[in-house]
Amino acid sequence: MSTRDSRNIKSTKNSLYSNHFIGTIILIGGLFLLIFAVVSSIHFGAADLSYKEVWKALFAFDGDNSLHVIVRELRLPRAIAAVIVGAALAVSGAIMQGMTRNPLASPSIMGVTSGSSFFIAIGYAFLPGISQTGLISFSFIGAGLGTALVFGITSLSRGGVTPVKLALAGSAITSLMSSLSTAIGIRFDVSKDISYWYAGGVSGVQMLQLKYVLPFVIIGLILALFLSRSISILSLGEEVAKGLGQNTTFVKLLGGITVLLLTGTAVSIAGMVGFVGIVIPHITRFLVGVDYRWIIPCSAVLGGALLILADIVGRMINSPFETPVGAITAIIGVPFFLYLARKEGRQA
Amino acid sequence: MQNSLSKDQKKFKVLMITVSLFTLGVFFLSINAGFISIPFREVIETLIGQGTPQNELTIFDFRLPRITLALLVGIGISVSGAILQGISQNPLADPGILGINSGAGFAVVVYMFFFQGTTFITGMLSIFMMPFVALVGAFVAALFIYMLSWKNGTVTPIRLLLVGIGINAAFNAGLIIFQMKMEPINFMKAITWLSGSIWGTNWTFVLAFLPWILVLIPYALYKSRYLDVLRLGDSIAIGVGVQIEKERRILLFTAVALAGASVSVGGGITFLGLIAPHIARRLIGAKHEKILPLTALIGALLLISADALGRIIMAPMELPVGLVVSILGAPYFIYLLIKTV
Repeated sequence: MSTRDSRNIKSTKNSLYSNHFIGTIILIGGLFLLIFAVVSSIHFGAADLSYKEVWKALFAFDGDNSLHVIVRELRLPRAIAAVIVGAALAVSGAIMQGMTRNPLASPSIMGVTSGSSFFIAIGYAFLPGISQTGLISFSFIGAGLGTALVFGITSLSRGGVTPVKLALAGSAITSLMSSLSTAIGIRFDVSKDISYWYAGGVSGVQMLQLKYVLPFVIIGLILALFLSRSISILSLGEEVAKGLGQNTTFVKLLGGITVLLLTGTAVSIAGMVGFVGIVIPHITRFLVGVDYRWIIPCSAVLGGALLILADIVGRMINSPFETPVGAITAIIGVPFFLYLARKEGRQA
Repeated sequence: MQNSLSKDQKKFKVLMITVSLFTLGVFFLSINAGFISIPFREVIETLIGQGTPQNELTIFDFRLPRITLALLVGIGISVSGAILQGISQNPLADPGILGINSGAGFAVVVYMFFFQGTTFITGMLSIFMMPFVALVGAFVAALFIYMLSWKNGTVTPIRLLLVGIGINAAFNAGLIIFQMKMEPINFMKAITWLSGSIWGTNWTFVLAFLPWILVLIPYALYKSRYLDVLRLGDSIAIGVGVQIEKERRILLFTAVALAGASVSVGGGITFLGLIAPHIARRLIGAKHEKILPLTALIGALLLISADALGRIIMAPMELPVGLVVSILGAPYFIYLLIKTV
């Protein structure tokens, strides 16, 4: 046996290893971080609120106190939305990467997000006064269309699905869809509404919206946890998974539905928030290993934490103006994407 | 051999003349089209100096400068794309996809941001500054992309594209941040401009942009034979005595300069630099001496058609030309992706 072979075996061993200890720390520590971030997110803002006041507003609500109303109507929905969106995007990125064994797979790269916002543009333009549930359904349809197009194109092309082709097809579809949305926006005078989604933000989220969206996210997250074991097996390769007796078609179908549920809702709340779905799963995999039973819950926690922190930073760096959270996540995510592109570029 | 060469030459001439005639046709259609529709007879009358003052104003002060700019920008972007595809040996290269456009766009928006206010559009100096500003941005982006795709002494086409996509996203994020800080009027201006619209409807812009085309296009034509040599592969190119790295850098410089200057007046127009060279190559074959001029004409034709379409389909509103190009161009890109990669 050459040294190269033994190294390969060693690295395979390493890659199958998963770190339960770090995983537990992330889950527990991450939950504390989340609680802290939610409270800070409520605390920071134009109207100064003491932590004591925040506490009272949450647990001893007084409808006549305007500060309490601000907390309940503006700050709390915003904080919860950030956590939900971050968790949903990170988990759907993790599922995509696991199912396709593609390190570049993520909702925004693969056309899901732009498809979704294209349909939101259609919703605004042709159905004035469309309800929140209507928009969410449109977002789902669009997300499905975007994914189907990108996957369809890459699997039609010679040589099958490769990371590079996914990225290229994704960027073409994204460009097409966003041009169409802009055109619709200009034609029907709804560009203001659309650019609101585009910038990617959770600033105007209302309780009512959250109530519609929460069930979808919760179902999506539960589905993801339920699938996590199967995705671990699928991430070893389709042949291996079939050899182990997995019904890969069924798992992929359920995985696809989960991704749509999570991304569809995330986009319908916050618009285009890129790079959370690509960065977080990678970091999580680096920390806890390759077992998706750990990756998925840890991604959810870390993704939620990243997005709420990005939202707080976006409010602080340029106040009184708000910097969209999508811009912040892109600034964090782009260097990481470049690093992956350099690493993956040689395989093509 | 001799025979086929002259046949090729003849085909080239026929193609050049046909595309020019089409361009001329769209040119007249485009003068006629728009919010104020002017009958053809009056267009001709005005052009030969016998029109009503109102038509003269519409045509000479609004439509003609805009159409001229569309022609020039079309030439600039498509030739830039042809050169980039030649250097990188990559049929999917395009200044927009590679992120050079967004680099230029970012620089212009930053410039708008710091000089926002009255002198921004009206000042002569400001207009002449724009191409330079866009150019700096384009070069910074190109430099970033080149450096980041450089690994183990080579730049693979695929890595170049992926890094380009990443750089694109980075500049777009930067754009969003600056846009949010802008005055509302400038913000709207920046949005329309970034979607790719010929926004300089006066002759000063034409004057500011024309020198770039007049200098860079002949230079690109003069250097076109090196693109043919590069196509043969590095070892043969070195064998016939070409300093490949030097020529590659000169050509890259030309392409980036063309793209940067075009973006400064035309905004973020994607896919044009991809499509025009492809059509030209399909029509005339592999020689860049012929590809480049034909690409220039096709680019001009496509862009003035897109500009006219943008004004017609949603009249009285205008669809930025970049959107039209992108909506028509993206499917073509996808088709190429399925067929070639």
